[in-house]
Amino acid sequence: MHLFPPNNFIYPNETELQWSILIVLYPFLTGLVAGAFILASLERVFKVEAVKPTYRLALLTALAFLIVAPLPLQLHLGHPERSLEMYLTPHKSSAMAMFGFVYLWYLMVVLLLEIWLDYRKDIVLLARSSKGFLRLIYKAMTLGSDNISERSLAIDDRVGYIITIIGIPSAFLLHGYVGFIFGSIKANPWWSSPLMPVVFIFSAMVSGIAAVMLLYMLLTRLRGYRVNIDCVDAIAKYLFYIFIIDFSLEMLDLIHRIYEADESFRSLDFMVHNSLWIPHVIIQILIGTLTPIGILGATQIVPLAPYVRKRLYAIAGCLTMVGIFAMRWNVVIGGQLFSKSLLGYTTYDLHFGSREGLATAIVLTIMPLGILYVLAKLLPPWQHNETAQ
Amino acid sequence: MNVSRRFFITLTGAAAVAWESVLAGSPEEAPNYKLTDHWWAMLIDVDKCIGCGNCVRACSVENNVPEGFFRTWVERYQVDDEHMADPIVDSPNGAINGFPQRPPGTGLTGNGVKEFFVPKLCNHCVDSPCTQVCPVGATFTTPDGVVLVDEKYCLGCRYCVQACPYGCRFIHPEKHVAQKCTLCYHRITKGLTTACCEACPTGSRQLADLKNPKDPIHEFMKKHSVQVLKPQMATGAKAFYANLDGSVR
Amino acid sequence: MNRFKDAGHLVRVVGVFLVGVALFLCVRAWFVPKSFGEYGHYRGDSIKEVAALPIVHAGHETCETCHSDVLEVKKAGKHATVNCEACHGPQAKHAEDPGSVKPVLPDTSVLCARCHEANSAKPKWFPTVATAEHSMGMPCKTCHTPHNPKIGDDAAKGEKK
Repeated sequence: MHLFPPNNFIYPNETELQWSILIVLYPFLTGLVAGAFILASLERVFKVEAVKPTYRLALLTALAFLIVAPLPLQLHLGHPERSLEMYLTPHKSSAMAMFGFVYLWYLMVVLLLEIWLDYRKDIVLLARSSKGFLRLIYKAMTLGSDNISERSLAIDDRVGYIITIIGIPSAFLLHGYVGFIFGSIKANPWWSSPLMPVVFIFSAMVSGIAAVMLLYMLLTRLRGYRVNIDCVDAIAKYLFYIFIIDFSLEMLDLIHRIYEADESFRSLDFMVHNSLWIPHVIIQILIGTLTPIGILGATQIVPLAPYVRKRLYAIAGCLTMVGIFAMRWNVVIGGQLFSKSLLGYTTYDLHFGSREGLATAIVLTIMPLGILYVLAKLLPPWQHNETAQ
Repeated sequence: MNVSRRFFITLTGAAAVAWESVLAGSPEEAPNYKLTDHWWAMLIDVDKCIGCGNCVRACSVENNVPEGFFRTWVERYQVDDEHMADPIVDSPNGAINGFPQRPPGTGLTGNGVKEFFVPKLCNHCVDSPCTQVCPVGATFTTPDGVVLVDEKYCLGCRYCVQACPYGCRFIHPEKHVAQKCTLCYHRITKGLTTACCEACPTGSRQLADLKNPKDPIHEFMKKHSVQVLKPQMATGAKAFYANLDGSVR
Repeated sequence: MNRFKDAGHLVRVVGVFLVGVALFLCVRAWFVPKSFGEYGHYRGDSIKEVAALPIVHAGHETCETCHSDVLEVKKAGKHATVNCEACHGPQAKHAEDPGSVKPVLPDTSVLCARCHEANSAKPKWFPTVATAEHSMGMPCKTCHTPHNPKIGDDAAKGEKK
């Protein structure tokens, strides 16, 4: 019987992985941005009133993660001091270069503008009422305009609505582009697929919605208020349905691969059954996808008391975050574990303390929460009709 | 020529003059090198490769290649006739010290087992996927068909390394920029051949200029079957292999 | 008029954007290298920089300008296609200053085996020996003259060992 692989052969330059855990983190963070924004747009554009308590929180969450998102990229570059070149001489055929402008567009024109327009009345009021250094910050944020007349706020509302409408495809573009950065590499059969941007978008929505839901539940409890059950019921319902679409897309990719069994299939199949068994099958699929889908499905079908539902949503949300991170890991790291000769494998040497190590990844994951804390203090996202515990 | 005459020539600096003419370009002068007059490629005859590793050593010295990384390397294949899709392939340290004999009892046994060597290098693709993905224009194809890296401009994002189907790129461990075979551009623009071709004892590797009507590659291509690696990737590879077996990855 | 008064803050936003764009264009004009775009989407100067890298192997034509006697011996034998530096290593420094840079003569007890050591993967037309049995550690130069390796060949007689 002829075993595969006959020996282990990788091209001599393939021993070390090119893209590290930081490049796993990057699509994870931008995915949270896109997903959080989609949740915000549910209320603004699709008039789902139930999720209104999370509207402003979702926008601030998106901003906090978007600010941190370039950091893993900078830390990964061989010459971060040259990164401005991507804006000065972008190579139009490069998805990575064009993405720099998509990021800038999304940050400036969509997110910052929408947050500003929605908060402008509060910013002006805070500028009038605060003192000292904080007053300067708020005054700067008003751009010098003190006008919060009814008419100006109505204009804000209209413009904000249009921006959200533009923002939805922009959010898809933001994260779909990241998927395209991988999906357009014909040299890598694990990545090269037209499904890649679509899978990335839907998994982004899943992770972003779950993140905002978890943050809303946690922060509300920490502040001593009661979580609005209608709100989390609505969020969980959307999470459930989008998760089903996401899972279907990933299964489609898998089934298509197995059925067509092209030249890369044997090598990838061996990888999934060996080095990727735990991260892919156990963590991503079983723990991170099927379990939360099952839990959320149960809450949709079985009548359960609100406090039970809240706890189940929290569990499902946490498992979802693990599952989507695992998905990014399996795409990025998995795509580099097998040789392009399709005859062998290498290993990922993850250090703890190096520039691209685990410690850096952990810090970069926590940093957005710190930024969110500051943003929430500056621009409180909470509604005024909350019930105390 | 005996020793004293050689010494005499050294004294007169004839050697120095000869060297100057090399630097200036022989047969053509360097200032006269016109980019648009050339379209560089490489011809590799697999049947002639003896796996000595001279090319790997010469390249590493000529181009200061860091240890553990390879701008060119040689692979050894062992294939049997029932399992063309599963060759046993190895490249010990890129074959920089050649290949040890396979220990008896290991490897394939059975009918129709054959072994051969395949030198690999950057294919200097016409439709190169690596230049397509570079976000800043730090890797590019010159007007004379050589794919180069601008080390002063490269960010080290590693996108090009991911995009190359042949595994010929790497990131320099100290300079943190992308590196790969330059087809010894600093030599070929002065009328010399590449270091690997210079060192190859059997003529398995030969530099070719497709725009030169007198280049032997034209006759060779007319008379022989020639392949490129991974033709399904449509990279427009310009490293042409004669007698390349279908099992080669 | 009233409409514009109530949209004044939006005009300020547009103003901020325009300032940003102007700044970007200034930075761009300052930082983009002059030769960028000369031949394509890259720094044209880079071609010259790569072409100016130092040469390490002299190339056999240079060796042959001084060592034509060796060339005559080599041309007549099986090593006719083997270039000088394939065995002698890179000699650009020697070619530049032959008087002071003397190449080290390679040791034939290891040099020749690099090509000629028996290996089942080597093509059948290529002459190989199992050096352990063939020469038992003796340098190959003992019997073969490296430039024209056939023993007993007339052309080799003129060459010193």
